[in-house]
Amino acid sequence: MSQKLIIVGAGQAAAQAVQSLRADGFTGPITLIGDEPYGPYQRPPLSKAYLLGTLERERLFLKSDAFYQETNCELVLNASVTAIHRSDKTVQLGDGRKLSYDLLLLATGARVRRLKCPGADLPGVYYLRDIADANALQAVFSSGKRIAIVGGGYIGLEVAAVAAKRGLTVTLFEAMDRLLARSSSVTVSDFYAAEHERAGVTLKLRTGLEAIEGNGKVERIRAGGQTYDADIVLVGIGVLPNDELATHAGLAAQDGIVVDQNGMTGDPSIFAAGDCTRHIGRDGTALRLECVQNAIDQAKHVALAITGKPKPYSEVPWFWSDQYDLKLQIAGMIRPGDHAVLRGDPAARKFSVFHLRDGVLAAVEAVNAAPDYMLGKKWIADRLRVDPVRLADTTIPIKEAV
Amino acid sequence: MAKVTFITHDGQEFAVEIALGWSLMEGAVKNRVPGIDADCGGACSCATCHVYVDPAWLAMLPPKNDMEEAMLDFAAMAAAPNSRLSCQIRVTSDMDGLVVRIPVTQH
Repeated sequence: MSQKLIIVGAGQAAAQAVQSLRADGFTGPITLIGDEPYGPYQRPPLSKAYLLGTLERERLFLKSDAFYQETNCELVLNASVTAIHRSDKTVQLGDGRKLSYDLLLLATGARVRRLKCPGADLPGVYYLRDIADANALQAVFSSGKRIAIVGGGYIGLEVAAVAAKRGLTVTLFEAMDRLLARSSSVTVSDFYAAEHERAGVTLKLRTGLEAIEGNGKVERIRAGGQTYDADIVLVGIGVLPNDELATHAGLAAQDGIVVDQNGMTGDPSIFAAGDCTRHIGRDGTALRLECVQNAIDQAKHVALAITGKPKPYSEVPWFWSDQYDLKLQIAGMIRPGDHAVLRGDPAARKFSVFHLRDGVLAAVEAVNAAPDYMLGKKWIADRLRVDPVRLADTTIPIKEAV
Repeated sequence: MAKVTFITHDGQEFAVEIALGWSLMEGAVKNRVPGIDADCGGACSCATCHVYVDPAWLAMLPPKNDMEEAMLDFAAMAAAPNSRLSCQIRVTSDMDGLVVRIPVTQH
């Protein structure tokens, strides 16, 4: 009997789920519900090539219209799901419609964390998560304007790089004592700080935002006890998982919808994938990932589970970031207490930092060093024990270092 | 537009029109050519858009940069001298007629 599947959310995980479900033999009707006017598209370029203006909107879309016809996937766009009724297996839409499901996949993603300080609602304060955000920011991105960026994470740094390139005057405020503090090693943080300063970005570390001020629009910001003039404020202070639908339906969620290794929630007919989830990682601790890799891989594992070929999820997370002419590629997760091993020289703008946990490779950060990243990713998957001395020795080719 | 033919590992041919300036990978994905996964969307970070270029066309393509070369080294299926990452090839009018082959898997 063919089952009816509803996917809530129209991002990377949703698109992958449709593709994988069909490839794995799922024959039932699929309905994909998204709250934006578009089908699934790539978000990473929004803070990079799309913002810079070198990649047009058409090229963001993950699939063509014909794909959804061919896969018999109905797109319901501009629509929000307001509730899941597990008792009669329906979802409630914002316009009052009720749709029934046999299987439900929650791919609701994440939303930006918003500022709460005085002036946070002034015109001129921007966030960056979707196409509309990127368009709004791009529209005011003109040479000579002063942009204050709040948050030294990936979004803040990637926007800083684009803004510097476009001729804006850029000041970046970070409350912690270094950039990328949550995800990177000190070596990588310091390297990117130097690169941004070289490009003309003013960095204000250990400088928490206090208020945004202006007469009807952004004119200046107050941070660290001082005042800075600004025409635009871009806020990149992280995201929150969209897990409320699940919570209200009585499913377990704690900073992310809790899923097992098959992407299944506590209800065997409800799955979740991507940024909205919390799962048990390869090291046995629960984590929530915000990345393309996890969206793709969790969706693939959900498709396998739904089509009766379950395969426990234990993929190595990977990420990338493009800033200026630098490509940062990261595999694995860095934890406090990991032993960092530097390979290469940051001054040469080509190096990597390997992270060992009890002698086993746990993560690698590579800057313009793709071989280190690709081999590192493989070694992490294999839980390989590595020799830090050989790893650090650049006279030994990376392929022979282990 | 340039016409590019993708041939899958089992011999299926997909002749698609790709807008000039787009990457070969984008043309394949847009036209639902199977076997080009392109997980990272063209950021040269996953090596899942590997193709083998028809030898007759190899010299016509702009050369690989170091990053592409390095990523290809670790593609799921062994790289050959005619291997390329299709996300790194921007389609130009003189690629009209190009033929590439897709490996059996990208993972």
